[in-house]
Amino acid sequence: MAKISVDDLNLFYGDFQALKNISLNIEEKKVTALIGPSGCGKSTFLRTLNRMNDLISGVKITGDLKLEEQEIYQKDVDVVSLRRRVGMVFQKPNPFPKSIYENVAYGPRRYGIKNKLQLDSIVEKSLKKAALWDEVKDRLNKSALGLSGGQQQRLCIARALAMEPEVLLMDEPTSALDPIATAKIEELIVELKNEYTIVIVTHSMQQAARISDETAFFLMGELVEADKTQKIFTTPRDQRTEDYVTGRFG
Amino acid sequence: MLGSQEMVVNEEKMVHRKSLKRNIKHRIWEYLIEKIIFILGITSVVIISLIFLFLFRSGIALFKDVSVKDFLFGSNWFPISVNPQYGILPLVTGSLLVTTGAILISVPIGVGCAIYISEVAPPKTKTVLKVIIEFLSAIPSVVLGFLGIVVLSSWVRITFNLSSGFTALTGSILVSLMALPTIISISDDALNALPMEYREASLALGATKWETIFNVLVPAASSGIIAAIMLGIGRAIGETMTVMMVTGNAAKIPDSFLTSARTMTATIAAEMGDTVRNGTHYHALFAVGIVLLMMTTVINLIADFVLHRGRREGR
Amino acid sequence: MNKKQLEEKIAFSVLTVTMLLVVVPTLLIIGYIIFKGIGTINWEFISAMPRKGMREGGIFPAIVGTIYLVLGTIILALPLGIGSAIYLTEYAKQGKITRLIRLAIMNLAGVPSVVYGLFGLGLFVLFLQIGTSILAGALTLACLILPVVITASEEALKSVPQSYREASLALGATKWQTIQKVVIPHAMPGIITGAILGIGRAAGETAPILLTVAAFFLPRLPKSVFDQAMVLPYHLYIISTQVPNMPQEIQYGTALVLLGLVSIFFMIATVIRIKFKMANRA
Repeated sequence: MAKISVDDLNLFYGDFQALKNISLNIEEKKVTALIGPSGCGKSTFLRTLNRMNDLISGVKITGDLKLEEQEIYQKDVDVVSLRRRVGMVFQKPNPFPKSIYENVAYGPRRYGIKNKLQLDSIVEKSLKKAALWDEVKDRLNKSALGLSGGQQQRLCIARALAMEPEVLLMDEPTSALDPIATAKIEELIVELKNEYTIVIVTHSMQQAARISDETAFFLMGELVEADKTQKIFTTPRDQRTEDYVTGRFG
Repeated sequence: MLGSQEMVVNEEKMVHRKSLKRNIKHRIWEYLIEKIIFILGITSVVIISLIFLFLFRSGIALFKDVSVKDFLFGSNWFPISVNPQYGILPLVTGSLLVTTGAILISVPIGVGCAIYISEVAPPKTKTVLKVIIEFLSAIPSVVLGFLGIVVLSSWVRITFNLSSGFTALTGSILVSLMALPTIISISDDALNALPMEYREASLALGATKWETIFNVLVPAASSGIIAAIMLGIGRAIGETMTVMMVTGNAAKIPDSFLTSARTMTATIAAEMGDTVRNGTHYHALFAVGIVLLMMTTVINLIADFVLHRGRREGR
Repeated sequence: MNKKQLEEKIAFSVLTVTMLLVVVPTLLIIGYIIFKGIGTINWEFISAMPRKGMREGGIFPAIVGTIYLVLGTIILALPLGIGSAIYLTEYAKQGKITRLIRLAIMNLAGVPSVVYGLFGLGLFVLFLQIGTSILAGALTLACLILPVVITASEEALKSVPQSYREASLALGATKWQTIQKVVIPHAMPGIITGAILGIGRAAGETAPILLTVAAFFLPRLPKSVFDQAMVLPYHLYIISTQVPNMPQEIQYGTALVLLGLVSIFFMIATVIRIKFKMANRA
């Protein structure tokens, strides 16, 4: 079943068209990888899904984006409600300069949860889901900035999970991390897909092959091909996809 | 400790609104806040425009009674004589003389001091020096003026064998103290902003530290240093109390640093209390204010321009 | 020692001398005022009314007047300045108009304080008929420090990494929640430092209050914000230029109290800034 369906999406930065006629279904509780060379529009596409592009002035969007049959781009849509259901993890770990606890509790607090016990439980549960609990349980009140890069990124994942989103968007979440930290995050993503719909932008084809169920290949603002990951990497339909995944590109 | 509560609270999960439709509570609150902040922002903009508008409205009125030419090029400032004359030449020359003196003193010292702080001083000394220099900028001008009266003016009088120590030079010395912090801190920022690679590249080529400073760093930071000097000039021209207290305030075109001088700022401060509202003298002082405003505006714009150009070239 | 080294040695000596030419006079000024003024400072000097044409007694009303004036300035300028900075950095559409506003603000920061005095006299005292009063003075000083507060707050807000805003918004926080819970806390030390330095400047200014608040000699406390008041910087100006046969102890004592008051603001700002720098390094 499609969690998010995109139909004929176009996105413009001023006069520049960054996304052209994108149509794609994102399956529920699967990992969908967006791949392609830098500047191909994959991150831009990811950011249309929780309307983070709204922050950039001069962006214009046409087409149809639906989260479970509800339009995402419509005048009366509440972006806050949308972003609570569609969480996001960024390229560089960006914990707030607050304690580990406060980072995770940030979203729930904005949601209006004040009960300390409830917050405690949410923090613990989210950190466990992000496989970080055992490493930080004794220093929840220490600054998040004291964690290693990999830990910070898992904290950001925990922070997103604390909102109990349905979809998790990840924008090259391991590009700033070393191989060991990357492996941990990849393990985590595979674990998380049992509960969440995950869309991940990655520059690493190996990563896409390792963890994703579906793969979409972007090139110069166009969606060239989207299919089962295995199919994309073994028998792609489009020559350009084949060139890219076999490393013959550019 | 956290785990024990899990059973109890797991029941109350966060229930997300399934609808993406407009959330009235959020909307109203955000709308109100945005409007309040907008009003604050606009109020500031209105105040800023009012300052410009009001000065011009009151100053322009002078030219109903006095021609622009007589005002700008008249060499007599006799506002309260029977035949009042409003020529600001003596005041402009007074301001320029005191400012020139102050800048001649403060530029070499200030730029030198900035280089010392940025390139020579060890880190701890650097912090202490910065605090001292910021403190210098915090000393009220009236305190400096007071010391000018009780200490500096007699020193000037005795050293130069004058009948009075209230001279343009006395003002210049004190005003240089007030321009120094501006010149030092902005030049220091400019030097600090230079990439470490510049220093390393030059030193690796066998240049000494001084050669690196003189041939690489100071030229590279020149736009920032020029901006610093411009802002220092602006600071010096605008200084009021100190000069009013120590330069003697004779409204005649000064012919040397060792005679009395009267600046535009001091004229406004000293005479405003005695004017009749909306009289010619009142308007004349506003017109002097406009001249000051224009001078500092030009200086600030040059500084801003130089800084922006420097930044663009730097990239 | 070769020629290069000698050259460097001379150059560095010259630089050291320029540094000393700044530091020594500064320390001398402070030291001299303390040395000459400290003997005058006692409870009576701080808490009594001036007597005999200010030649005896204390400077209590001038201290109180300064405090009222500074408080008024804070109440008027801080919400306005900080709010404007939030508007300019977080809400306003960045473009030609905001660039123009910023240019005007930057320019106003360099306008001589006596010009603010003129403006305050013309607009608040005469045009709005508030009269020479604490209110008129506080309004004028608020205008004077507004550009400083806005600029410092804007700098502080801009230094908050964009990634913090994105993270907060992506978690479903509203724009205001993001500003209130993430942006402002992170920018707070910078905002406070700028505000305190602005207030310190207001406390030491003379020229603007000369035209808007100051009473020459008023041996009683102001009853309302519409009263004239004695103010420390103006008082020092008066007793050092306008009153013949003024005992020097009182002059130095007044200068010391004024310097001390301004130093308090300055030191608070410095401590906050140094703490903030250390916290950022950790």
